[in-house]
Amino acid sequence: MKYALLIYSSSGARELASAVGVNDDFVVYTRAMKDAGVLVAAEQLTHTDTATSVRVRGEDRLVTDGPFMETKEHLLGFFLVDVPDLDAALMWAARMPIAARGTVEVRAVQTGQPWQAVLD
Amino acid sequence: MSTAGLERAFREEWTTVVAALARRLGDLQAAEDAAAEAFAAAALAWARDGVPPNPGGWLTVTAWRKAVDQLRRDRPVVIDPHVLAEVTRGASEEDEEMAAGRLVDDRLGLVFACCHPALALEVRVAMTLRYVAGLTTREIAAAFLLSEPTLAQRLVRAKRKIHEAGIRFEVPDPDSVTERLRGVRAVVYLVFNEGYAATGGDQLVRTELCDEAIWLGRLLHRLLAADAETAGLLALMLLHHSRAAARQDGKGRPVPLADQDRSLWDQALIAEGTGVLDAAMTRRAPGPYQLQAAIIAVHTQAASFEDTDWLQIAALYGELARWDPSPVIEINRAVAVGMADGPRAGLAILEPVLTSGMLAAYAPLHAAHADLLERAGETDQAAAAWARAAEATGNETLRDELRRRRDEASGR
Repeated sequence: MKYALLIYSSSGARELASAVGVNDDFVVYTRAMKDAGVLVAAEQLTHTDTATSVRVRGEDRLVTDGPFMETKEHLLGFFLVDVPDLDAALMWAARMPIAARGTVEVRAVQTGQPWQAVLD
Repeated sequence: MSTAGLERAFREEWTTVVAALARRLGDLQAAEDAAAEAFAAAALAWARDGVPPNPGGWLTVTAWRKAVDQLRRDRPVVIDPHVLAEVTRGASEEDEEMAAGRLVDDRLGLVFACCHPALALEVRVAMTLRYVAGLTTREIAAAFLLSEPTLAQRLVRAKRKIHEAGIRFEVPDPDSVTERLRGVRAVVYLVFNEGYAATGGDQLVRTELCDEAIWLGRLLHRLLAADAETAGLLALMLLHHSRAAARQDGKGRPVPLADQDRSLWDQALIAEGTGVLDAAMTRRAPGPYQLQAAIIAVHTQAASFEDTDWLQIAALYGELARWDPSPVIEINRAVAVGMADGPRAGLAILEPVLTSGMLAAYAPLHAAHADLLERAGETDQAAAAWARAAEATGNETLRDELRRRRDEASGR
């Protein structure tokens, strides 16, 4: 099963990236995932300062500066993994270098949806 | 067989079928639906042809075939190809194996899924009572003073989460099984304590929850016979429950251990609990459940409160504090030491708990303090401590009793 490990933290990505050892830890972590053959994709997002939100209401396209919601914790990025079950996904989530200061939300990926046939 | 016995046999059969199917389908709802169909089919077929030689096997295989039919009929598009392969193979080759049953693994797998830490604690409790113990939604809702739709909705959501989030119906890997098993025991003990110390509901409901918890404890002990702490949990519940009849007076007021009529203690439960505990302790893998059970076992061996082997109880509390350092355990230890070595020794242990101020609003702390002071001859201080205990308690009946003790100590 595929799982998204969504990384949330109240300290922004920039501060976090500069924190001692975090970058090195992520190199080791990503390498471990790759070696285990579970890594499907991973991305790190730019800071929420740079976010732009779009809504279409009727004929109008509404563009606003900032994230969808002003929250204390931001989505910093994600890893997409393919592992046998939730326990395995939780194990990788707990090993995330940022898990000690942020939160990793684990969400299973939906399969078998009609739109996904287009991807194949 | 009595009606209760029949009902229990039915529940056990039902949970066994559900466990077998859930593990293979990874889907508790589908397992439950197929089990319902199989039981309906049994009602017809057994009335016509008589009960088959292996009713459980018949039910499981029938339910399995119903599930396979359902999967082929309903979900050809969305079905996971791995599951389909397993199911198709199973329909032909697994019948034998299903009938013989890898029952232990199936039922344990269901226990671990229902008690998975990814579910909220109250949901774990409800899922365990529904699918491991086989209680109905109505019974569980009544026991926890919830409306039936509210509880049903929680169960539906939990089943969907187990299915969609990929919680397996398996015994966890060796590196996590210890921790997960601790969680399973905690759920069972929570059910027991809910029955034991529930503030709401009537007495019948409470006793029923204790009985269910003990039934679950027996099941776990049967499935995990080599695990000392699982045995310890069962022993603890049996020994606790042996005193149920003596814990309340005719008006439903709690009776403290010192004043309990020991002839009301259930000797059969005591014998069973002590036997389970003794066998567990020979495994030399101690833990908090065995220690707590051992403390009650010592109490049950004493003819009276005064005759209790307080030295041993104090030592057991000391051991327990090493596993689970908590001020509440220290209070109990202080009481035991106070009985074994005199009130001054007890007061010395209580002193750090009192100065920490952590349990300043905890009535049993002040009651224990007051009792030790009184026995040490410090009547003025004792009266003040009784007053603090009366102040702290939320229970009217208990407050009256504590005030009476205060007046007594101050010579009024």
